[in-house]
Amino acid sequence: MRKSGVGADRTFQWITAGAAWLVLLLLGGVAVSMAWGGRLAFETFGWQFVTGRNWDVVAGKFGAFVPIYGTLVTSAIALIIAVPVSIGIALFLTDIAPRWSRGPIAIAIELLAAIPSIIYGMWGLFIFAPFMAAHVEPWLNAHVANKALIGPLFSGPPIGIGMLTAGIVLGIMVIPFIASVAREVFSAVPAPLKESAVALGSTRWEILSRVTLPYTRSAVIGAIFLGLGRALGETMAVTFVLGNAHDLSLSLLMPSNSIAAAIANEFTEADTELYRSSLIALGFLLFAVTFVVLTIAKLLLLRMNRQLGRTH
Amino acid sequence: MAIPARRRVADIAAFAFATAATVFGLVWLAWILWTTLVQGAAALTPSLFSQMTPPPGASGGLVNAFYGSAVMILLGVIIGTPIGVAAGTYLAEHGRYTRLAAIVSFVNDILLSAPSIVIGLFVYELVVRNAGHFSGYAGALALAMILLPIVVRTTEESLRLIPDQMREAGFALGLPRWRVTRQILYKAALSAILTGILLGVARIAGETAPLLFTALNNQSWSASLNGPLANVPVVIFQYAMSPYNEWHTLAWAGAFVLTAFVLVLNILVRLLARKGKEQ
Repeated sequence: MRKSGVGADRTFQWITAGAAWLVLLLLGGVAVSMAWGGRLAFETFGWQFVTGRNWDVVAGKFGAFVPIYGTLVTSAIALIIAVPVSIGIALFLTDIAPRWSRGPIAIAIELLAAIPSIIYGMWGLFIFAPFMAAHVEPWLNAHVANKALIGPLFSGPPIGIGMLTAGIVLGIMVIPFIASVAREVFSAVPAPLKESAVALGSTRWEILSRVTLPYTRSAVIGAIFLGLGRALGETMAVTFVLGNAHDLSLSLLMPSNSIAAAIANEFTEADTELYRSSLIALGFLLFAVTFVVLTIAKLLLLRMNRQLGRTH
Repeated sequence: MAIPARRRVADIAAFAFATAATVFGLVWLAWILWTTLVQGAAALTPSLFSQMTPPPGASGGLVNAFYGSAVMILLGVIIGTPIGVAAGTYLAEHGRYTRLAAIVSFVNDILLSAPSIVIGLFVYELVVRNAGHFSGYAGALALAMILLPIVVRTTEESLRLIPDQMREAGFALGLPRWRVTRQILYKAALSAILTGILLGVARIAGETAPLLFTALNNQSWSASLNGPLANVPVVIFQYAMSPYNEWHTLAWAGAFVLTAFVLVLNILVRLLARKGKEQ
């Protein structure tokens, strides 16, 4: 009996180890297949694939600068909105809200992450974009567009569909990811640290800015990178409100494109080998960038965990 | 000693900002849910669950899309769960403290947040291109790949929470390790693992991007997984982007059912988790 037990043990261990290898292979497989599928585009265009502005399906010329630019700009807008809001929410939930309300409010914020992105997209297209076109963008045109420096960013036709709207929707979508990590680490700050600040006469703002944030810095930055990773790769919500335009424009009110939206919109219509390869090459770029961003996020969060004395 | 006015103002401003930020977050949730409820409730009809997706201009339902989604989610769970539980078991038990486990745990967290559209492209390259046609099987495989890291993570975490005394008690009885894992640890972690699977189902139910190039869509009834298969998210996408009013209405109805399903699952998961904690 003992002998069969040992054999079964070994089998069981091999099965679980095999499954673990499969997770690793999955990530490697995605990277390799994207690189392989996109090799035709990379070979044909070289660096022009990244720097070229011309995405011409008919002529078979593919330069992906516009979707890359659109991805970066919308993600930047998303972070500009989501970072302060998420830190505010985390502060509210750890220090300000009445104790009984913290659980329900935290769950409500987390539900923002549960809503499928296609719902964000539909709401964005039918409700939010018309709202932007009717109320926000005319105001921006009238009051911000004439300012120096930032003016050109906010002048353009108020059509609702564009980089600003997409960036705001993305911002809402990443708030729960940043807020939940920030809340967790804020409440893990050792009480004696905060109490000593109180004893020295600090106000709540001073506790946040001089004790809590410095102490949790690496985790908060990690959470921001996590949010960035989400924003870069988000597909459906952006596809609905970005407008699928391949023109480069400085104005945030103009329609644009993103890597994920270009793939979603065009992949099933790609009728030549080069066209399909170009879209897969875009997928490779997206995967590589999010991989780096998420790796940084994970390393920063691990560092925080070690600081808090956790092993995992 | 009174606090100087400037510091007091900064404090009140921070207080007000944090409160406003929370209200800001909750307003979007309320707005989105309210829209989905109002538009969706108006679009709900009995034919939604009895008729096929219609051509433009005609009335119809979403029954083929519901069927396709249900089958692909089920198949995705059947493929993803055993692999996920096994990998999670390796990370927490058999491979604990090994380099492989540390790397896989790290990679798994990256897969959790990786763009789902890339998973769709991967399955296209792997399955659809070789098979020569879109299929429900490819869609289910893509969903399984998204479910997998969620199950790995929750399995690993729930096994780690079990005190080592339980394992030692099992070994003291002379049980081999695999039986300790199967008969003691899985039993103790069962509700947590189920929670993880439910969370995963809630996530893949709304996934659209990975289905666009795998299952695609199918206007008519098809029970076969070996061909393009209708599914709720892609139908919502195509109908919402179309210029036809009837299709918009159907898209809202689908959005309503999908959102209700996902929210109910999420709330169920939280109740389960709370019950597990009380035990």
